[in-house]
Amino acid sequence: MRKLYLVLAALLAAHVALLFVHPSGAQQLDTGAGLDVGIVFDLGGRGDKSFNDGAYLGAERARRELGARVRFIEPGEGSDREAGLRLLAAEGMELVVGVGFIFSDDLTQLAREYPNVRFAGVDYAVALDSIGNAIQPPANLAALKFREEEGSFLVGALAALVGDSKKVGFVGGMDFPLIHKFEVGYRAGVKAVCPDCEVVAQYAGVTPEAFRNPGRGQELALSQYQSGVNVIFHASGSTGLGVFEAARRRGKLAIGVDADQYAEAPGYILTSMVKGVDEAVFDAIKQVADGSFRGGIFQLGLKERGVNYVYDANNRALIPDAVHARVELLRREIIDGKIDVPSVK
Amino acid sequence: MSLINEAIPDPAVAPLSRLSSRVGRATAALLPPLTALLIAAVVGDLLILSFGQSPAAVFKLLLEGTWGNAYGFGQVIYKATTLTFTGLAVAIGIRAGLFNIGAEGQLAMGGFCAALVGLLLPVGTPAVVAIPLCLAGAALGGASVASVPGVLKARFGASEVIVTIMLNFITLAFLNWLIATKLNVAESLHTPEINAGAVARLSSVIDAFRGSAANFVLLVALAAAGYVGWYLFRTRAGYDLRAVGLQPEAAEYGGVKVGSVWLRAMLMSGALAGLGGTNYVLGYKQYYEEGFAAGAGFLGIAVALVGRNHPAGVVVAALLFATLSQGGLAVNAVVPKQMVDVLTAVVIIAVATSVPEVQRLLRSTVRGGAK
Repeated sequence: MRKLYLVLAALLAAHVALLFVHPSGAQQLDTGAGLDVGIVFDLGGRGDKSFNDGAYLGAERARRELGARVRFIEPGEGSDREAGLRLLAAEGMELVVGVGFIFSDDLTQLAREYPNVRFAGVDYAVALDSIGNAIQPPANLAALKFREEEGSFLVGALAALVGDSKKVGFVGGMDFPLIHKFEVGYRAGVKAVCPDCEVVAQYAGVTPEAFRNPGRGQELALSQYQSGVNVIFHASGSTGLGVFEAARRRGKLAIGVDADQYAEAPGYILTSMVKGVDEAVFDAIKQVADGSFRGGIFQLGLKERGVNYVYDANNRALIPDAVHARVELLRREIIDGKIDVPSVK
Repeated sequence: MSLINEAIPDPAVAPLSRLSSRVGRATAALLPPLTALLIAAVVGDLLILSFGQSPAAVFKLLLEGTWGNAYGFGQVIYKATTLTFTGLAVAIGIRAGLFNIGAEGQLAMGGFCAALVGLLLPVGTPAVVAIPLCLAGAALGGASVASVPGVLKARFGASEVIVTIMLNFITLAFLNWLIATKLNVAESLHTPEINAGAVARLSSVIDAFRGSAANFVLLVALAAAGYVGWYLFRTRAGYDLRAVGLQPEAAEYGGVKVGSVWLRAMLMSGALAGLGGTNYVLGYKQYYEEGFAAGAGFLGIAVALVGRNHPAGVVVAALLFATLSQGGLAVNAVVPKQMVDVLTAVVIIAVATSVPEVQRLLRSTVRGGAK
């Protein structure tokens, strides 16, 4: 027993001593004037190479170019999302950003509670009332939504033009409306340049697990390539890594999603349908900085450069000039409203 | 003081010395976890220093964000409520000699069943009817999941560890599928709001708690802790349960039906974990959302271990882990979230190695290895 007391005393002394160590580089939470921005990440957090990292890049750019002070919170379990947003709002941030559709309810509620704080929701899901009309978010909340179907349309056209096959493939993650948008746009794009082409569309599952199942992705992709498909577009999170692996093994092509995924399988990635989460977050911060921020629902499509496809030194060799010209023509037509891209099945 | 004296108090000692032996026993029980906590604190200091931050500042921030203001404290209470249920669930299992790793799935099923009852009840059902029905639904939901390992263990001696852990996957996949395909509101992963059965938040009575998720399911958790304490230490069935946990063969020889005790313990364990789901579903959001308390079931194991499988200890341990979890958010600005996760793990390891049962196990392993 006496030995235990001694250990206890020693530990206590060590703890107290360490408490007073003050490293020179220690960060002070400064609360002075300036642009304060808080960002709460979706589960998965930083390092997902798409969504959260996009928001991070946008915020970093705002830090560099606008001198914004940015705080990040990575929530754990369910109630942490609201707690994270609330913590930031209560600290008097100018702008609080929630990354991911899962924040929609919490953002709406907090925007009402903190009318002087501005909020932005990436991929915010607009709630519908009992007769199916969209409920407008509060005036201090910007709902940043992306027209993924428009970007998917262009990569669909690209897949059909480059693929040299009457069959093109699609692998979705979870079988639900958010991902159906990608499939529907992609189908429309294929049909626009090749009316008699067939689109083989498959989903990895019906639960969120379907976004984290590379094995299943590879299985689906291999069977599609086997059936004569030459290009597959995936919208399936890390399940897509399996699609890339299949492309590598079969020497076929795949199309990435959200961010430029060329580096995942160099030479086998035809292009990527990119979502400008970084741009959207940066713009929101910039608007707060110059006072032009306003709430409402913002649909970011090709016109707003909210979605796009990658065409750079890496993949130029895979896309003939004539094909690129034709896809660019389609882009013009969508922006000018000559082509109406569907978004629901 | 030796372990034997702790376990079997001598009935012949005088009242006064009995009191002093009680105090002694309490110190003896408290010293090891206290040492463990200090070890964790020192490791925490070093971790914080490794990120180039000042330990005093970070710990201050952590305390301010949790016990330092009413909102933070409300969040701690909220998180501790769920953890109390899962901790009790694991503890009652361990008392019966069963290791229930299925609290995660039982918790989710409990929350789902509570939401289901709330959705089926007509709008305007009075709270006195609706809340007990929802609570009963949650308990039944959790118990029904736990009944599978319970029956398999009682009838065939199947390892409850393997059955419960595998059932987690089945239960969660089944619920996710239901939510994703049948019951969700468009573009979300949650059910519609329940019609009846909502439990008021603490902020409706004490305004300072405004905004925090703390709610009156807390009282259910405390009542559950009280009940488990009374059941384990004041009833014959509880005595049987503990006897089975200590030495099943001896209990059987003494006339206890070991199989039915195991089944009963498993059902109670599942019901407690299932009730944990009501904290979110009835008290916080009024809907079931996929992954609403991810990890709380597994953390319940740590809560039970640190709480020495005693209801009072479980409540204290739940508060400790809830503080770490909420504090993690508060210090997220200066140190990565993973630091608090590591700190939680250090607490678990440090406390676990100070628990006599684990020490005995470790010692016998070392001895076995030396042979």
